[in-house]
Amino acid sequence: MKSLSLHMLLALAAIVAMAMLSLTIGAADMSISAVWRGQGDDTLILMASRVPRTLAIILTGISMAISGLIFQMLTRNKFVEPATAGTTESAGLGLLVAVFFLPSAPLIVKMTVAAVFAIAGTVLFLRILDRLPVHEPLLVPLVGLMLGGVIGAVGTFFAYQADLLQYLGIWTTGEFSGVLRGRYEILWITGILAALGYVFADRFSIMGMGKDVSVTLGLNYRGVMWVGLLIVSIISAVVVVTVGTIPFLGLIVPNIVSRMMGDNLRAAVPWAASLGAGLLLLCDILGRVVRAPYEIPIGTIFGVIGSAVFLYLLLGRQSHAIR
Amino acid sequence: MIRINGVSHQIAGMPILSDVTLTLPKGGITALIGPNGAGKSTLLSLMARLTRIQSGSISFDDANVAETPTQELAKRLSILRQDNVLTARLTVQDLVGFGRYPHHKGRPGPNDVKLVNDALEAMALTPLRTRFLDELSGGQRQRALVAMVLAQDTDYVLLDEPLNNLDMRHARQMMIRLQTAARTQGKSFVVVIHDINFAAAYADRIVALKDGRVLATGTPAEIVTPAMLKDIFDLDIVVQQIAGHPFALHQIAPPSTQ
Repeated sequence: MKSLSLHMLLALAAIVAMAMLSLTIGAADMSISAVWRGQGDDTLILMASRVPRTLAIILTGISMAISGLIFQMLTRNKFVEPATAGTTESAGLGLLVAVFFLPSAPLIVKMTVAAVFAIAGTVLFLRILDRLPVHEPLLVPLVGLMLGGVIGAVGTFFAYQADLLQYLGIWTTGEFSGVLRGRYEILWITGILAALGYVFADRFSIMGMGKDVSVTLGLNYRGVMWVGLLIVSIISAVVVVTVGTIPFLGLIVPNIVSRMMGDNLRAAVPWAASLGAGLLLLCDILGRVVRAPYEIPIGTIFGVIGSAVFLYLLLGRQSHAIR
Repeated sequence: MIRINGVSHQIAGMPILSDVTLTLPKGGITALIGPNGAGKSTLLSLMARLTRIQSGSISFDDANVAETPTQELAKRLSILRQDNVLTARLTVQDLVGFGRYPHHKGRPGPNDVKLVNDALEAMALTPLRTRFLDELSGGQRQRALVAMVLAQDTDYVLLDEPLNNLDMRHARQMMIRLQTAARTQGKSFVVVIHDINFAAAYADRIVALKDGRVLATGTPAEIVTPAMLKDIFDLDIVVQQIAGHPFALHQIAPPSTQ
């Protein structure tokens, strides 16, 4: 146990270091020393842009990784995450509907509509899942991707008709450059939900052992299923509304952690949180540095890295990943 | 005491159990035997509330299965099913530790740690405790699942073919362990056993099911006889007395019919 906590400290130190780096990188000229000397412009850039952006990345990384972890426990399938289950697309459709019908509503209202759509989409996915044969685990993400495709197509058609296609582009590609003070605070909701996920860690681990074991151990199966479903759906909705879709994050982080630590969530949740935040910080820093002063959206960078890791997980060590 | 009263069950219109009524006293090992499709697993599932009871009632002491909250039942009765597909990647000690969940609800105390260690030791899993389940053989995994049920430390334990995948040594050890728990701690085990000789050697009573009905109930000496086995399994089986236990030589046909 001692060496484990040492590893955790190292991981946290790495995250703090990257967060510091993230604060100092960007198109605008700014230096921390100038902030110390009390120069107004530099302080403004730091507090209005860099700090919100860094916090947003960390919150998104933590919550997306944990929502993937929980989703995989609920469905007992290692290839499920909000983006392979129709949840993200449902949240996006909800956001479009909110933008069209309630254009002047505050962000929290739009987020709520997106969350309701995300919940409905996830319930639909779980209903379909009940009808799939248990011994065909790869059918699950396939069906999820198809469901997401159908919901996404409805969204595109709606956006096309309502002249909102530009808006659609914003939520389909995750990006942190638009994150400013006043536009990210809603993300703290995901932090609270991620913490709730940790509180329920034991119950989600038991659910991962299936319905029979859950009932034998006296778990309120339906109740815990709903808690997990709400956590996953609302996190997806908040992330889609504030920063957009980041594919694969909820998929690869839990898979890496599962291979390292196993599926006892009490131990896995802190690692998924650190790895999610760390990877996202790294990709965002890369995106800002590679073509400076321009930026490559983090969704693109993560999509490239994530699809490579996803392929590796699909093809390698089938015995554990697919069963 | 387990009371099963007029339980009938259908799956897709097919009768699986028909008017099963049984009273099993507290303590000891009850072996459920019978041919494939007799309804043994279904009866166990109904007893453990894994399947909803369609008609009739089942109760453990004063707790009616259909009416008692599931958290309460989890402290009184545990079950190991036959077809456990565990996709979760857990270590042996984590898995067995979850057996204590109904009691500690996520905050294990010293007593929980002790019971987990005892269960690991009883199933000879202490050297494998930090291994992941997907790194174990079928028999080792089966022992881990039984250890989890033992760690749950309930008065009533239902086991569906716990000897699956076990070699001779571990099968015997497991039956001895169950017998010890029944005698020293007053536990009640209801065990589906395919090897009739294990039932004859270790069970205090045997319940024979056939075509969804209770065909016979009695001590091993009463049930393991050529006439009774012929009734239950439609098979001529020679029975011999060895070391005070009836032994069914079911692998070979009797000389007269060869």
